[in-house]
This record gives sequence, structure tokens and C-alpha cells, in this order.
Amino acid sequence: MPFLEAIRLALKVIWAQKMKSSFSVIGVFIGVTFLIAVVSIVEGMNAYMTERFAGALLGVNTFQLRRYPNFIVGDISRETWREWRRRPRITYDDADAVTDGIDVPVLSAWVSANGAEVAYAGRVVRDIEVIGSTEEYFAIKEWNFEHGRPFSAQEVQAGQAVVVLGYELADRLFEGRDPLGREVKIRNIPYRVIGVVETQGNLFGISLDKFAVAPALSPVKRLVNPPRVVDELLVKASSLEDMREAMLQAEAIMRSRRGLRPKQDNTFTLETSEAVLDFWGQIRKILMIAGPGLLTISLVVGGIVIMNIMLMAVAERTREIGIRKALGARRGDILRQFLVEAATLATVGASLGVATGILGAGLVQATTFLPARVAPWSVVVGVVLGAGVGIAAGLYPASRAARLDPVEAIRFE
Amino acid sequence: MTTGRALIRLAGITREYRMGVEIVYALRGVDLDILTNEYVAIMGPSGSGKSTLMNLVGCLDTPTAGQYWLNNVEVSQLSDDQLAQIRNQEIGFVFQTFNLLPRATALHNVELPLIYAGVATRERRRRATYALERVGLSDRMTHKPNELSGGQRQRVAIARALVNEPSLLLADEPTGNLDSTTGREIMAVFSELHAQGQTIITVTHEADISARAGRVITLLDGRIHSDTVQDAA
Repeated sequence: MPFLEAIRLALKVIWAQKMKSSFSVIGVFIGVTFLIAVVSIVEGMNAYMTERFAGALLGVNTFQLRRYPNFIVGDISRETWREWRRRPRITYDDADAVTDGIDVPVLSAWVSANGAEVAYAGRVVRDIEVIGSTEEYFAIKEWNFEHGRPFSAQEVQAGQAVVVLGYELADRLFEGRDPLGREVKIRNIPYRVIGVVETQGNLFGISLDKFAVAPALSPVKRLVNPPRVVDELLVKASSLEDMREAMLQAEAIMRSRRGLRPKQDNTFTLETSEAVLDFWGQIRKILMIAGPGLLTISLVVGGIVIMNIMLMAVAERTREIGIRKALGARRGDILRQFLVEAATLATVGASLGVATGILGAGLVQATTFLPARVAPWSVVVGVVLGAGVGIAAGLYPASRAARLDPVEAIRFE
Repeated sequence: MTTGRALIRLAGITREYRMGVEIVYALRGVDLDILTNEYVAIMGPSGSGKSTLMNLVGCLDTPTAGQYWLNNVEVSQLSDDQLAQIRNQEIGFVFQTFNLLPRATALHNVELPLIYAGVATRERRRRATYALERVGLSDRMTHKPNELSGGQRQRVAIARALVNEPSLLLADEPTGNLDSTTGREIMAVFSELHAQGQTIITVTHEADISARAGRVITLLDGRIHSDTVQDAA
């Protein structure tokens, strides 16, 4: 029997027994759905982490000089915590020394932040990240301005009470009115709005537009940090090599300023996006190993179910097999018929799994902050695995069918 | 009589079955020649070996001992797949219970032997259509077996048996599941096929069917009891 003919026949049989067919492919269906959805989400997360998270939060080719890490990966022991708390803070002088000492071209900015509320004309917006920084901060963040301008070096030096607002904050305070020149209050200190940054979207469902940036030496300094210290020095180079070089120099400068001997550990932290991405890489590896494991289990179970259903089908259709043999079907014809049927069944199940998986990924994408990106390879793997399971599971029942004795088979009631 | 003229030659055919420790002889050394265009009825009480003989002649089964030539080919020692091919090319079966595929249309049922013969779709359709026309069912081709009467089902089965133009039409109680009127219609079809040159062997226990055959062979206890040539009614 020609192959296409066999598939057509198989589809007919499958369609004629919709209920039984759908039960028999449920294992394969779930397995493939799971594969597609998990891979989509992991791949989506991966793209998100590398493109968006690292870019938006930490910046490309950027490092931070901090007292202790900002992004903490895994468990931190009490000892470590205690050691971190004992470290000296990063002072203005540290930051200046590092900035002056790095001899590759970099941008750098002081960054100190604290949560606060921002008010305008009786309207109050809470949970705003108020940042005290320096003029190059905006260039490092590569922000575009919706309105107005960033603050200048002179304004930083003079400690002027000017502020640049995040898009959502400005929107909620002014509701479409021109924000420039208006006076907002940060913890009751009046600030003049000189700019609004374009919307940055959100990350894991958290808005990136709820911030206010003021000059580090303006009155905001009392809100964000003890006198003459910063949370971090943010440094951005134009290439990875430059960044590595700048980091080495920053480390050397800080070690010498702190008088550390060669065997002593750093009493400060140089943090890059790599640490976070490394951590993500580990999670991804676990998911990518656990995923196939679960997939294998469900496919094996699915295969066993298909095998049983096919054995039942062979038993039920013994007479049909006998008739076909009497009419001249060879062993190979019968074998192929049942193999194709099992493979078609599994492939249909797998295809439905692919569709549901894509749908599920889309649903996750639409309803949660988790991103999803359907990987084409996972679709191919899903369908091929499905068909493979079908063939593997169909082999035994099909060979039983092929070996049936025609005389006995045709007499079977 | 020479093998050259005989369509079927059985020599010392024995078929035994093992039932536990006991050996049951279904056929005990049958010698039989059947010529082209003979119409043979095989009769005998149940247990006489009729069915076993039919299965052997139909290449559904192989003998324990003895030789069987069909069209000058010794088929008693062929493999399963070779026998399948002989069944496909040389033999058309008509069963008491019709044995149509219940989910397939009349046309598809008739096409089955052609599918296994590897005939291309268009040619297959043409030949199956023609075979159904020959048995007077041109208006029932897309019907499924459960939409057909018993007589119509048996006609579909006959069309299926003839579609590959076999050397031998082998019928096992072809009217056993039909009322007498329909049974007579089917027998008329057989007589007409015989008149057109078809070799027919039919197993029956009904005297009025055997009366139509040119030769009646009676089996008893696995041996040929009688073999008479008669004038067909």
C-alpha cells in the first residue's frame, strides 16, 4: 500500500474513533505541550535576561563599584553578611579617585538611591526611587528625553534643587500638563522639574518609569545616604575590553586606598551584569535538563499508552487483518498499516501539543510578566519525538498483527 | 489427465492439527485434480475436512504433507508472503459471512485486492467500478456494508473476489447467510460466471446448490468419499 494511502487510511481510523484516539495520545500531547511551553518560556526569559534585564538594570559594558553586591545570587551566609556590613562605605573621595585614575575612556556617575514619595499640588505618588547622581548618569543609561533636559555638571556642583522624572511619575503627577518648570516636593523639599525621561517599559511586571533623579549634592543627599558617601560608582566603557581594563584599574585604586595587602580580600565589590547572567545561566541549565527529563517520562508513558491501545486495536480488528491477508496483504503491508496508524496518531497528538504549547506560551506572555519566545527547534523536536514514540510504541502491536494466521484471524468474532 | 491441463493438482495432501498431546487429522491423503473452467461443489458433514481443504486450496494454510500445484506452481512450500501474493493474484474468496470491511464503502472494499496488487489509484477505481457494475451494483458503490442488504453484500464480495481476475473463485457456503430467494440470485450469478469461463469451487451442504455444479466431491473423515461428474442443472 502506498505511504500516502496508508496515512489517509490511518487518519480515517483515528477520526472514526475520536474518543479512543484522544485518550491514547494524551501522554504524547501533554509531553509535547510541556516541551514547547517550557522551552518557549526559558528561551523567552533568556532573551529577556540578556537583552532587557542586563541592559535595563545594569547596562552593557557597565560595572558598579559598591560596598557589597546589589544583585545577590544564591544563599548568603551569616558570616558573609557580617563581613559585608563591616566594610567601609564608598566615599566621594573614593569615587573621585577611581574616576580620575581610570585611563581608558569611560563615563562614570555617582549613584545613591532611596525610596520616597514625590508630591505635586496635593497629589502624592509613593514608592518612587529617588536617585542622587551626577551628570553623566543619563548618558550611561542612554535615556532619551520626553521633555526637557538632563541636569548639567554645574547644577551638580552647585547642588541645585532640580529634578528629572521618570515617565510614569510625571504622568501621574501632572496628568498630561507640561511638567517643565513645575515644583515638586520630595520629602517636603521643593525641586524644579527640568526633564522627563521617555518610558522604559517594565521588567518582570515592575514599572521602570517610577524614579526621580536629582544632583547628588542637592538636598536629596540627606535622603539617600550618610554624608559624603555614595551607594555606588557607576562606570560605563565603550567596549568589553575597555570595561575589563577599567575594572582592573578601579580594583587596584581601591585596594591601594584601603591599604589592602596582597593576600587580603577586597573590601568592596565590583559588579557587572555577568554575575547576574551567570546565575541565570545556571537556572536555565537546570530547566533545560529537568525539562527533557520530564518530557522523557511523559513520552515513555505516552508510548506505553499508545502501545496498549494499538494492541487493543489489533485484537479488535483481528478479523479485518484476516480479511486483508486473504485478499493478498503481505506481512509488510499489515505491519506498515499499523505502524503508520500509531505514528500518525502520535504525530497528530504531538501537533496538537505543539499548538497548545504555543498557545500556552502566548497565554503566559499575555497574562504574566514572564516573556515567552517559541523556539522553532522545539517545534521540530516535538513533532519528530511524537512520531518516533508512535513508531516505537506501534512496532510490537504491528508485528503481532502482521504475524496473525489468516485462517484463525478471519474466523475471529 | 496431465498437470498441464489441471488448474489444481493435490497429491497426498495431509493436514494434521496438534490439540495438546493428541494429533487430529483433518485431511488424510487427498488426491484431487480440478481443471480450468470446472464448477465443483464440495460437500460433506461437519468435521469431514471441507473447511481445511478450502483453506489449503485457497493458500490460506499449508499442508502437513503432500504437494499442491496451482497453475503448475508448487505452492505447498511457499512462504507467507509468497502465499499472500498467490491469494492476491490467483484466488478470489467469497465467504459465508461476506467478510467486508464494515467502515469502508463498497467501492473501497472491492479496491482492496488491487491496493495489495499495487495498482495505481485511477486504474484501481476504474476496475473496481467495472467489477461492481458486473454484479449489478453500480448504484451502490458509495454505500457501506451496513447500508446494504445481505444479497447486495454478497455481490460486493463477489465483485471483490473477481476484481483481480483470479484463476479460481473459491466460495465457502456463499448462500448460508441469505434467504432462499437471494440465495438463488447469488447462485445464478455463479452459474453465469461459470458460463463465462470462471473456475469455481464452492463448499456447501445444500443439495440445490450442488445440483448447479458440474462436479460434486463428498468428503468424509478427511478423505474423498465420492467424486461425481454430473450435468449441471
